[in-house]
Amino acid sequence: MTAAAEGSSPLRMTRARRNALLQSEPVQGFALISPTFLYALILLVLPILVVIAHSFWTQNYLTIDRTFTLENYRIALTEPIYRDLLWRSLYISLTVSLFTVILAYPIAYFISFHGGRHKSLWLFLITIPFWTSYLLRVMSWKVILGYNGVLNSGLMGLGIIDEPSTALLYNSSAVIITLTHAWAAFAILPIFVSLEKVDRTLVEAATDLGDGPLRSFLRVTLPLSAPGVISAALIVMIPTVGDYVTPKLVGGKDGVMIANAIQAQFGKASNWPLGAALSVTTMLIVTLMAGATVLIIRALQRLAR
Amino acid sequence: MTAVRRFLSGGWLPAYAFLYVVFLYLPVIFLPIFSINTAATPKFPLSGFTLHWYEDLPRTPALLDAAWNSLIVGVSAAILSTVLGILAARSITRYRYPGRRTINGLIMAPLVLPEVIVAISMLLVMLQLGLSLSLFTVVLGHVLVCIPYSMTVLTSGFEGFDRSLEEASADLGESAFGTFRRVTLPMVAPAIISSLLVCFTISLDEFIIAFFLTGTEATLPIYIWGQLRFAAKLPGVLALGTLLLVASFLLMTIAEILRRRAARRTQNEGGLYA
Repeated sequence: MTAAAEGSSPLRMTRARRNALLQSEPVQGFALISPTFLYALILLVLPILVVIAHSFWTQNYLTIDRTFTLENYRIALTEPIYRDLLWRSLYISLTVSLFTVILAYPIAYFISFHGGRHKSLWLFLITIPFWTSYLLRVMSWKVILGYNGVLNSGLMGLGIIDEPSTALLYNSSAVIITLTHAWAAFAILPIFVSLEKVDRTLVEAATDLGDGPLRSFLRVTLPLSAPGVISAALIVMIPTVGDYVTPKLVGGKDGVMIANAIQAQFGKASNWPLGAALSVTTMLIVTLMAGATVLIIRALQRLAR
Repeated sequence: MTAVRRFLSGGWLPAYAFLYVVFLYLPVIFLPIFSINTAATPKFPLSGFTLHWYEDLPRTPALLDAAWNSLIVGVSAAILSTVLGILAARSITRYRYPGRRTINGLIMAPLVLPEVIVAISMLLVMLQLGLSLSLFTVVLGHVLVCIPYSMTVLTSGFEGFDRSLEEASADLGESAFGTFRRVTLPMVAPAIISSLLVCFTISLDEFIIAFFLTGTEATLPIYIWGQLRFAAKLPGVLALGTLLLVASFLLMTIAEILRRRAARRTQNEGGLYA
């Protein structure tokens, strides 16, 4: 038996080694995740690379000219219309993330510190409106803010205003209100998670050592929950910069955002390379803005200690 | 002074929480209210009760087509993304290997990217590959955005899952597949059903990706989008929207109950037998 095994040892050794390798944890784990990983590679990474490639090309009617050029980026960054749309999109997404985080923080704090046994019920109550269609939620804001809408007819019924106000709908404030509502839950969850991790004994220690409620909050709880505030800000800021439905439905002329221009390049205007360059520019700038936000929050956190 | 002290000690938080919940729910509640109002424009005061707008819905062939398309897309996307989600969630919760976090980050990325950019990038690739746009391309897109949600639901169901139960089953002579079918599957079944429901709901409500990736066939949100151009059609859209809201609400409530049951099951029983 042993002799036979030793006789064919080289072959058997490699096979045994290969089997051991195939059964090792890393290989099994990687094999299991590979279909999903491949799916994300083919339908997310590859498409983004294709967009980046297109942004350096040009289009002559229906054919794509594949000579390298930066012309699209020049148009995206200097053409007043795109520059304005970009600035407005950045301004709107920054304002929306600021509002959502400030409005969400007390709720997350309340659930985490005073939620008691009902924490998960509170979280469920807050997330459920967000599982309804985004399109429908934007539509209901249009119904609320419209000329003949709920707010106008309600205020007129109460005798507060005499004629419907046109200031409510079709401007960037309408976009900001709608987006702040639409992304509320996404800001609450990360802040809640980081507040849950705050060691309660530290807060008690601060109180025992003579800090009032405000001081112990500002010096202990708030800095310790900064990671949650950072992820909440990013989770709202990055997707809202490219929002399409809200500006289209409630934005009017003054609320148009960069995503509407990107869509136009892939639709009516049919200039894919320019649309691609606009997409890449938007992503790069929002990434810079997100990075700056992270640095600012971290600096504030250090200052508070 | 006492008012300031009360503010600082957080006495206002319950009232704020209440107002916040009102702010979250109020816009959503106007859809059902105006869908049973007789007036064609949504405004106060309400003019009278009617189910007329609902009665018109089944008589619209374009709407029925869209509903059927949504059903096909939703079921396919739910099944595909849950299968891919099971593989990934199992791999992430069960094995340790280099690059695990990077891969996880990549799979979760569609959650935080602007949807328009995800949609147009997929559109470009599909057109380059010569795929003609159809419900199939919509399913491909929906699977990509559903996987992160499926992963979240499934990892919470798989985490805390006691591996010694599977090892015991293998030691007692079950095959790998038998162990999966008779030990693993019953434990995680609620999480899997929950993931199916969540993905179906997301696909049912998803607009942007469907808008870019569909050919001539409309799903329900695309049908609604088309109707929004006509002011006279608004009450019908509100009625349809209300039905969608109710469907999403019910599906997500069931999904949440199942997800919790799954989390409880793996944790309690795992703890008991460990």
